[in-house]
Amino acid sequence: MRRSLPLAICLGMGILMMIQFFVPHPVSVAFYDLTTKWIRIVSAFALVLGVGSLILYHTDRLRRQRPGWAYSIVTLVALVVTAVIGLAWGVKPGSPLQEVLFKNMLVPLNASMFAILAFYMASAAYRAFRARTKEAALLLIAAFVVMLGMVPVGESLWHKLPEVAEWVLSVPNMAAKRAILFGVALGAIATSLKVILGIERGWLGGGKG
Amino acid sequence: MNLILFLLISTFIPPFISVRDTPNDAGKSITVSWELPEAVTVEALVLERMGADEQTVTVATLPGTEQGYVDEDVTDRQPYRYRVAAVAGADTVWSAWSAVVSSSPQFFNWARVNILVAMLIFFALVIYFIEHAKAGRYLFVRRIAGLDAVEEAVGRATEMGKPIVYVPGLGSVADIATIASLNILGEVAKKTAQYDSALLVPNRDPIVYTVAREVVKEAYTKAGRPDAFKPDNIFFVTSEQFAYAAAVDGLMVREKPATNFFLGTFWAESLILAETGATTGAIQIAGTDSVFQLPFFITACDYTLIGEELYAASAYLSREPLLLGSLKGQDYGKLLIIVIVFLGSVLLLLSKIPALGFFSNILNFFNVS
Repeated sequence: MRRSLPLAICLGMGILMMIQFFVPHPVSVAFYDLTTKWIRIVSAFALVLGVGSLILYHTDRLRRQRPGWAYSIVTLVALVVTAVIGLAWGVKPGSPLQEVLFKNMLVPLNASMFAILAFYMASAAYRAFRARTKEAALLLIAAFVVMLGMVPVGESLWHKLPEVAEWVLSVPNMAAKRAILFGVALGAIATSLKVILGIERGWLGGGKG
Repeated sequence: MNLILFLLISTFIPPFISVRDTPNDAGKSITVSWELPEAVTVEALVLERMGADEQTVTVATLPGTEQGYVDEDVTDRQPYRYRVAAVAGADTVWSAWSAVVSSSPQFFNWARVNILVAMLIFFALVIYFIEHAKAGRYLFVRRIAGLDAVEEAVGRATEMGKPIVYVPGLGSVADIATIASLNILGEVAKKTAQYDSALLVPNRDPIVYTVAREVVKEAYTKAGRPDAFKPDNIFFVTSEQFAYAAAVDGLMVREKPATNFFLGTFWAESLILAETGATTGAIQIAGTDSVFQLPFFITACDYTLIGEELYAASAYLSREPLLLGSLKGQDYGKLLIIVIVFLGSVLLLLSKIPALGFFSNILNFFNVS
């Protein structure tokens, strides 16, 4: 029963959602809307479990004084302060949550993390472009041509370079991309079918029902 | 009144206005279309509607180049008529009223019949090969280096006495890549239970967190080591993308894991995670279905599961005949797509020959836009 009920729900909902895709009738649209509302409600309950996990994980780190335990204090204080400000002053635009915490703290912190990407890209590119193998050499040449073709100096070096760069992007690159996407699409459909039919039960911990 | 404009419009507009219930929709929509003679330059068009109460309502004022309009402000099963006016300077010429039309919802979207056919063929292939596998016949599956390395990666963690970090992606449980990742997590967790390694699973989505915890718990029970399961090792971090990346980076730097798994849906943080992991000296196995993140993983990780290999992983690791059968079905589906792409290219070339224009009708069947 512990396994068969989720599998039955999965099978029923899977088939209904497939039918829904082909039926434009308002009843079908209303069913889809209702389902998405349910997903949001379930997510809200799961968030409570998530926050519970967060509190337990960090209080445990504090109690055991694990490496970096001081960061757990920052996390817990941030959690409480955000919750209190949100509950006391609301979450609407202009509220302290939006103006102080979101605009002046969260957005700059996110931007800083995103900015680190530029340095990681440089180090990853250095590693990728070391022409140790034939494939890496090919990658290096292709990347060099594309990068040079995308900047004005490339055109001044050779007027056909932007065209060559465009061709590399839109023909061999696009062909490889589409081949991957075909595989991904079929893999996704097959996985969905296996989950709906109960063949793939990894999400339930595996095994037989 | 511009005499030429009047003659042209009054002669040509009335027969050319057509109305119909918008096809393949949920109702409450009527499509009106018209044709103006090419010689006429119209500044603006005014569309009017008359309902059962004989009241006239202006539906829209459109640029003179428009050739149709979808009226979505109607009630189902109510009769309506339409007329359009061409405006040029101070002159306005109305067409005659159209035929009576009413909207209604449809029970089947005929524009998606090709998708239905493709889906049924693919399902039939997958189910056929699953039955084939059930009969106990051998199915060849090519080697996937990244998955062969899982055993080695878990063993390495045990030898070094260091943990394994498993990142199930940043997607929600509604993403198929996340489902595939959770399936792989079950297999990895079984191995960590057998080898007695620590498995850390930081989560970005609360639902994924609850499912991941159950998956790991079940895997430890199946491996006969329920006592070794530590619920605190599977934890929720945050829903914020870069805050999550920062937390996982911090975890990797502090814990110095022997192995990192990055499997699932990833966005811009993929390289931040993979590069930080690489600096800690861990073996890294990554896999995603995002073509934009794959190059980053290929560059920064030791093994990368490319696209469909992510979905094949649970079948490959578990070696369950039923799952392997569906893999075979996928391969034949791909073969079918290759044949269709080839035929489509040939048909497209043939349809360019004037006498063979009817081939374009066959091509239209494959249009899913």
